[in-house]
Formats: sequence, C-alpha cells, structure tokens
Amino acid sequence: MLSLWRAIRRLGRAAEPAPAPPVPAGPAVAAELAGSVQVRHVDAGSCNGCELEIGAAFGPVYDAERYGARLVASPRHADALVVTGAVTRNMVEPLRRTYEAVGEPKVVVAVGDCARNCGVFAEAYGVVGAVADVVPVDLEVVGCPPRPETIVAALRLCTGR
Amino acid sequence: MSALGVAGGVLQAVVIVGGAPLLLGLMRQVRARLEGRAGPGVGQPWRDLRKLVRKQSISPRGTTEVFRVAPVLLVAMTLVVAVVAPLVTTASAVPPVADLFVVVALLAHATVVIALAGLDSGTAFGGMGASREVTVLALVEPTALVAIFALSVPTGSTSLPTIVGTALDDPQRLISPASLLAAVALAAVIVAETGRLPVDNPSTHLELTMIHEAMVLEYAGPDLALVELGSAMRLSVYLGLFTSLFVPWGIATTATPLALALGVVALVVKVGVVGAGLAALEVFLAKLRLFRVPELLAGSFLLALLAVTTAYVLG
Amino acid sequence: MNAVGWGLVSAVVVALAATVAALAVPRRHRPAVTGVGVVAAGLLGTVAGVVATTGTTWSVARPDLLPLIGLELDVDSLSGVFLAVGGVVAIAAGTYAIGAARHGLDGPGVQAALPAFVASLLLVPAAGSVGTLLYCWELMALTSLVLVVAEHRERPAVASAGLWYAVMTHAGFVAIMVGLLVAAGAAGDGSFAAIRAAASGLSPAAASPAFLACLAGFGSKAGMVPLHPWLPRAHPEAPSHVSALMSAAMVNLGVYGIVRVGVDLLGGGPSWWWVTVLVLGAVSAVYGILQAAVGSDLKRLLGYSTTENMGLVLVGVGACGMFAAAGSRALAGLALTAALLHVMTHAAFKTVLFLSAGSVLHATGTRDLDALGGLRSRMPVTTAAFGVGALAASALPPGAAFVSEWLLLQALIHGLPAPGVVPAVVLPLGVAAIALTAGLAVATFVKAFGIGFLGRPRGAGAAAAAESGPAALTAMVLAGLACVAAAVCPTLVLPTLAEVAGGVVHAVPAVSGTVAIELVGVSGVLSPVLLVVTLIAAAAAVVGALRLLARRRDRRRARLWDCGAGPLSARMEYTATSFAEPLQRVFDDVLAPEQDVDVSHHEESRYLVAAVSYRRELPDRVERRLYTPLLDAATAWGRAGRGLATGSVHRYLGYGFVTLCGLLAWLVVTR
Repeated sequence: MLSLWRAIRRLGRAAEPAPAPPVPAGPAVAAELAGSVQVRHVDAGSCNGCELEIGAAFGPVYDAERYGARLVASPRHADALVVTGAVTRNMVEPLRRTYEAVGEPKVVVAVGDCARNCGVFAEAYGVVGAVADVVPVDLEVVGCPPRPETIVAALRLCTGR
Repeated sequence: MSALGVAGGVLQAVVIVGGAPLLLGLMRQVRARLEGRAGPGVGQPWRDLRKLVRKQSISPRGTTEVFRVAPVLLVAMTLVVAVVAPLVTTASAVPPVADLFVVVALLAHATVVIALAGLDSGTAFGGMGASREVTVLALVEPTALVAIFALSVPTGSTSLPTIVGTALDDPQRLISPASLLAAVALAAVIVAETGRLPVDNPSTHLELTMIHEAMVLEYAGPDLALVELGSAMRLSVYLGLFTSLFVPWGIATTATPLALALGVVALVVKVGVVGAGLAALEVFLAKLRLFRVPELLAGSFLLALLAVTTAYVLG
Repeated sequence: MNAVGWGLVSAVVVALAATVAALAVPRRHRPAVTGVGVVAAGLLGTVAGVVATTGTTWSVARPDLLPLIGLELDVDSLSGVFLAVGGVVAIAAGTYAIGAARHGLDGPGVQAALPAFVASLLLVPAAGSVGTLLYCWELMALTSLVLVVAEHRERPAVASAGLWYAVMTHAGFVAIMVGLLVAAGAAGDGSFAAIRAAASGLSPAAASPAFLACLAGFGSKAGMVPLHPWLPRAHPEAPSHVSALMSAAMVNLGVYGIVRVGVDLLGGGPSWWWVTVLVLGAVSAVYGILQAAVGSDLKRLLGYSTTENMGLVLVGVGACGMFAAAGSRALAGLALTAALLHVMTHAAFKTVLFLSAGSVLHATGTRDLDALGGLRSRMPVTTAAFGVGALAASALPPGAAFVSEWLLLQALIHGLPAPGVVPAVVLPLGVAAIALTAGLAVATFVKAFGIGFLGRPRGAGAAAAAESGPAALTAMVLAGLACVAAAVCPTLVLPTLAEVAGGVVHAVPAVSGTVAIELVGVSGVLSPVLLVVTLIAAAAAVVGALRLLARRRDRRRARLWDCGAGPLSARMEYTATSFAEPLQRVFDDVLAPEQDVDVSHHEESRYLVAAVSYRRELPDRVERRLYTPLLDAATAWGRAGRGLATGSVHRYLGYGFVTLCGLLAWLVVTR
C-alpha cells in the first residue's frame, strides 16, 4: 500500500494539458447531450489496432473522461456508438441491433479507416462494407489506427466540452 | 412533528437530492486525481442525469410494471429515509418512522426492488446481478441489525433522534469500545450495500464482475436517471447516517436559521470528507472475489455481535 | 349462552352439518356444499373469536356429550385470538375449496374431512379440559391426515408424506398426552381450571417433565426443529387450500398449546424452560429459512418458511416466559404481544402464499420454480397476490411481518437490562438469529417471486398457464387484503392483542396507540400507516418531478438486450437453483449439499465429451442425521423380530410355554 502511495506521489498528474475546446461544429445532438456522452464500443471486425488507441484515449494520459465521455457496458446506457473495423458478415446484425438498442438521441462514431471505407480489408470475402453501409454514421475518425488525440477530439465534438 | 423536524426534513431532502450526485462526482474526482487523471469535474454526475432525463424511455419487450416502477420506488424509499433520518437536525419530520430498523430495512427494500427488476428483464445478466446483490444483502442485513442493537443498548431505544440526541449529550459514549466496534461493522455494511470496493466495482464494464450494474443493464433514459440518482442518494444517506450516529457534532438542535445553516454545512462537510476518504481508500483496494465477500461480511457480523456483548458487559 | 358461545357452537354445528352433507349430496355439488360450509363456519368462528378477545369468556361442561371424558369448553381471550385466526384462514381456504374440485379431490371422504378439520381447528383452542383438548387434537390430526393423502393416487410422494405425518403427529399426541396427564394427575382433575389452581403446589420434578413433554408435542405441531421433518413433506403434498389451513392455522395451535400449558396452566415455571423454547425457536427460524432459501420447490419452500416463522413466534414466547420468570411482567407482555401479532401476520401471508402457489400449481402443473416464470402476463391476479404475500413474508417495510418482527426485536432489546447472565447471552443471540432470518427471508422471497412469476417462462407448463377460476381468485384477493390490512393498520388489533397478552402474564397492555404503535413503559414508536403515506407521497413527488423534467414523453418498446446475438432463450435465464447457488455455497458447511458431475466420453477419445450430467440434492440435514439412524434402527429391530415369527405353530406354543414358566418362576421368587 505504501509503495502504491509513493508511486502516486512520484507520478503526480499524468494527464496532458487539455487542448483548446472544439469549435461547435459537432453533430446536432451534441447540444442535447450537453457535456455528457456515454460510449458503447462495438468491434465490427477490427484488427484491434483501433481498440488499443481507444484504450489509450480513455487512459490517464489523454483522459477522455475529463470531457464528459465515459465507456459503459450496455448500449441502453449509451448515447454514442464507437464502431471500429470493417463490418464483417457476422457482425452486421449485431451492429444493427446495438444501434437499435440505443435510445434517442444518439450518435455513431466510425473510428479508423476500416470503419470509414473498409481500409485494407475492402472487398475481402467476409466483409460486408463500411459502417455507414449498415448504420447511419455521424462522425468519422481518420487514421489506421487513428491517434488517441483524434479520437478524443471526435468525442469532444459529441460532448461539446 | 416539530418545526425543527419539518425544517430538517425539507432541508435534508434538498441537500441529499442535490448533493448526492455531487458527492459521487467528488468521489470520482478524488479517484481520478489519484490515478493521475484530470477528471471530469464534480458536476459530471449532474450533467449525466440531465442528459438521461432528456433521453427516450425504453421498455424492453416482456418486462412488466415491476421493471417500470422499480426506479421510482428506489428513489422514493431513499427519499423517505433522507427526510425522516436526523441528518441536518436532531428532530425528525415524521418521528414515528424515524426508527433505525425502519430506515435500514427501507434501504434494503430499495435494493430488493431493483433486484426484482433485474429478474423481471429475464436476461442472464439481470438474474446474475439480482442473485449476487440479494446474496450480499442477505449477509449484510444481519450485521446491520445487530450493529443497530449494539447502538440502541446504551440509550434503550432504536429511535434515531433519541440515539443521536444521547450521543450529543454524552460524547464519551461515542468512543466506547461498543460504539467503535459497531462503527466498523456499519462501515462494512455501507461499503457492501452501496456497492463500493472491495465488494463491488462501481466503474466496471465487465458484466461477469458486476453486481449492481448487472441488474440495471436494461434501463435507459429517465429510468436510468432515477436508478443512478437513487444509487447516489443511497450512498449519501448511508454516509449521512453514519456521520450522524458516530460524529454528530454540528447537527442542529434548535430551529433557528443559523443552527439550520450550520447543520447543513456540517452535514455537507462531514459526508464530503468521509466520501473523499472512502474514494481515496478505494484506490488501494482490489475487488474481492465474489465468494470471498461473505468472509468479509461474516467478519463484520462478528464485530457487530462483539459490539453487543461489549455494550452489555461494559455498558 | 353469550355471543362467543353462539358463534362457536353454531360454527361447529355448521361444519359438522357440512361434513354430513358432503357424504349425502351428489359429487357435482359436493365442493360447493363443503366450501360454503367451511366459509360459514369460519365466519362464525371469527365472530366468536373476535368477541372473545374483547374479554368475553364462555365456558360449558357437558359430561354426557363425549363418551368417557365428557366435553368441557372454556373460551377466554387467548383462545379468542387463535379462534379468530383459524376462522379467517378458514374463510379464505373455504372460498378456494369451492373451485378446487379437481379429480381426486371431490370424493366423499376428502370433502367430508375438510369441514371436520375446520371444526377441530376451532375446537382445540376452545377446549377447557385435558380430555377435550386431546380429543379435539386427535380429531384435527386424523382429519388433516385424510386431507394430506387426498392425492395419493397421483403422486407416490404423497403416501410417504402421509406416513411421516401420521407417525409424527401421533408421537406428538402421545407426548402431549403424557405431559398433560402428569399435570392433571398432580391436580387430581382434568379441567384446566383445576390444573391452574394446583399449579403453584406442583413440584418441579412433576412440572418440568410435564412441560418438556408438552413442548415436544406442541413444538412438533408447530414445526419446531428438530421435530419438523413432517412439515416440509406434508404441507407441500396436501391440496393447496389444505396446506393453507395447516400452515396458517394448524401450526399456530402448537404455539397456543405451549403458551396455554407453560404460561397459563403451569404458571410460568423456571427460566430454563423458556430459554429452551427461545433457543429452539431461534434454531428453527434460522434452519427453516436457510432450507427455504436454497430450495426450489415452491410449496416445500413455503413449508420451510412456516418452520421459520413459528420459530420466530417461539422466540417471542420464550422471551415472554424468560421475562416473566425474571419478574419483568411488562416486557413479558410485550414479547407475547409480538408473538401473537406474528401468529396473525404469518397466518395472513401464509394463506395468500399457499393459495396462490396452489393456483400456480393448478395452472402450470408444476411447483418447481426452475420450470416457472413469466406468470405476470398470464396470471395477473395470482402474481399480485403472491407479490403481496412475498412482501409481507420478507419482513421489509411496509410489509406485514416487518411490524411483528420490529415488535419482537423491541422486546429483546429492552430485555437486555433484565437481571442475570442468561438474558445477556441469550438475547443478543436471539437478535442475531432474527437478523440472520430477516436477511435470508428476503433472499427466499425475492427468489420465489422474481424467479417464479417474473421474467420469461422456463417450462412448457408455465408458458401455457391460464388464470384460475373466480373462487380461487376471490380467496386470494381476500387473503391479500388481510395482508395489506395487517401491514398498514396493525394498530386496529394490536391494543386488543396487547390486552390479551397482558391478561395471560398478568401485566398492563404493553402496546397502545391508534395511528402509531407506542410501547408502554419503554421507549419505542412506529407508525406503519404514516410510513405508507410518506412512501406514497415520496413516490408521487418523484413521478411528478420526472414528468416535469422529461422532454420525450414517448416510451419505445425494444427487444431485450441480447448482446446483439440472440434470440435469448429461456434456458439462458437464471433459475431458482442458480439464483440460490451463491447462498448455498456460503452455507455449504451447514447444508452439506450432495452434488455430483458425471462426464461421459465418446468411445473414440477421452477428449471428446458426449454428455455432462449434473445432479444436486439438498437433503434436510437434521433429518439425515437424526431420523435416518432412528428409522434404520426401527427397521433392524423389525427384521430381528421377524426371525422369531417363523410361522411354525410348535414354536409359538414353545414361546407360550417358556413365558408361562418364566412367569411362574418369577412369582415363586418374589412371593
């Protein structure tokens, strides 16, 4: 316990200073969500690169939670779906159902190049298409994988903070 | 029903409803800072609630009115406790309800209502959460009742205003072994009942490790807002009760505005300090395995029993 | 003859007339005739009981009415409480019986036994002499036995349950008879008045065995551990309205017997009697609810819950006797008031629970919780009734049992300053037992209600269930209303009960108040009605605030969250067994469950699993440890006896010759 306390003392604050808040150009629902976005992450067929970056975005250094975003366990609790990967055949229906399970108002964020346009997996035999082919997408995050800063920036567009 | 009691009841309802999410925010903030994060700010739970209330309600198919009524009952029962218990003032708004047994059992009932809602959804996780929550409840209840017994022995009454009033008049009683043992036992009860570490991890995302969260996975929108508000209020009410029983100083004994204001400030400060302490302590704890939890609770039961014996032998 | 007399006599006459009528009328009308007869008898009995509780006494002695022993009835206020409880339960059970005439249940014997059983239930608390009590007690045992085995053709378990019941109830009868005869022998007369008068002169050497024998006999009727094994067998196997009568009315008479003999007739006795009662009560409460918490048979679970609740009542009775022995009469009155109130609330909620369990059993064909579920939409009234009963039974506010358990806890808490080391040790343990019971009762009834009625159906029977007929629904609603009344306004009956209890222990009434329950002499106040009002106000405020703040009024129906896969099948739901598994694990050492997992492999490879079978059994440990050896010994003794009886006439003549010689030799030696 004491060693943990020493580690806390030594480390101090790990979070990087917050960049300037986004200009209000996010999706229209951001105003209705007003600073609080619960995020449900759906892996529609990702290589797990984007997952690592999302994990980093919610880690202490980038600390997406300080802008009011929080990962939750159930789509019922969520306002935003963060979808990664090209949508594989087996994930079409689950993705659609997850989208339906979220109450209005909701946003869908397609994270990574695969989610946007299938990336390197385009036209692979198990891939149905990009996320936008299955559910309406409000925001896209570019990158393969995207940098945590860009993910955080997209989430800040949703929270408006 | 005295003026002091009514004033206390109104103030307590306002302070608990308004302050409970802030307490939760404070605890999350303390935890975030100790983890090296910046944290979302103390007001974040209120922002969450505001958003949830604006969202759409969802009724999963196959659920009954039990599912729909449960969040309302959860908040209502906790609200009743917040009104009748002596938190800001020593008098109670409804004295014949301000009994320690009633208060603890009412808070337990709120848990039961949510467990039934979990079973009502008919999902695997709902049943799992309900089963675990009720198991913990069944083991916590005895500790709570026996600890109450220990506290009531010196005063000869289970009426909360009487117990708090006696403690104010005779502060030495608070550092008696019986009182200290009962305090430790009640602390374990509070940790288990409010789903804090090491019994339950309130911020887990993994269904298999959940207790409380697993029951409420189906709730959305305003229903979820009520569930979250209810859980936050439970925590505040429990901590408020704890501080009133063991650190009663500052509580208003007269109905003057100054005394009432002091009472409110004292409650906020005491609960805030205890809550922040609890949050800081949680950083150092890992969640116990589910089947190790009973050992913790059995230990607290033993402490409570010891408290009764001490109260009799030394009191 | 006053109102009590008229009520009681006419109730018994109506019941006996219904018995005769059941034998005479054709099969078609039989259930209606007996049902109406039982309801009428119940009503009259209730009236007699209620009048009696207000202090009107009535007694009669007719030496010519029963052969050899005569009939002596003596109704005082204590009898009145049990009369009234029995009467009210009979009203609900009789109403249910009108509609519960399935095949096997409308035979003349079974139908005739029901009103006779009710008559005996009303007569036992009214008995005024040892002979009358024993006579009525035996009538109660026999008629209930006929009712328990009513469905013996359908299920083999019924016969075994009937055998257990027959043996244990008669063993209990013998114990009571021995105990009462010792007391009556010392008094020189069998009437209760004579025994009461002679009690002060009774030596402890006679009084203590008499009390202990009565405790064993009456305690076994009340399902007291370790004399309980008949209860969780007989109560589930009986038809449900009979279960209600047995569990809500008959077991009470065990408590009545202990109070009547111990406190009233023998005048209190030493403290250790009552410590014994209290400890046995506490053990029964914890053991009963523990078995109920891990069980998955709905009616068996309710049977174990009866053991639990009678245990709680016995804790109250024991505390009462202990306080009385220590000289604190006021506290004794409080403890007895709590016990009597718990008898009443238990009767109310156990009636509704058994009747709705019967309704479920009738509709689904099963009482296995693991195969139930989803009954809310199919059987709304039954679900509501069971919900009300479960709330009452789980001892949470604002339920009925909360009030009585609160009162019981108050008695124990205020008793701690009583002199002596024994209370200091026993009372905290009593509180701990009640506390443990309260927690487990919550788990039990969340399981029974949540698994049995909510969620989705787990079996074909539950999926095809339909609501019961009007008679059953009326009965359940009546019993449910009694539960609600007991929860919201117990103050209607509490002052009367306190006066009754005060009369028994010679103290002033321990409870007063109309809006709130106020303890007299010690501090303590509780108002169930104010609690309900505050709760409703708070709920209204919450709903109002939500209406005001919510922006979207629409409520969307959506599919259950199945993690995007699905569909969710009923097999994915938690069952009663899985729900109770964590608790079972916690209490592993006490329950000693027997489970085995059988894995069979394919012939080709040990690594390919063909089937896994899992079996778990939770035997009643007391039964296993205590009764199995006893029964084995009896069987062995019988086997040994068989060796003597070979069927050879020479041998039998030889036995006679040897016995005669032995006798003569004995005479020669002694004379």
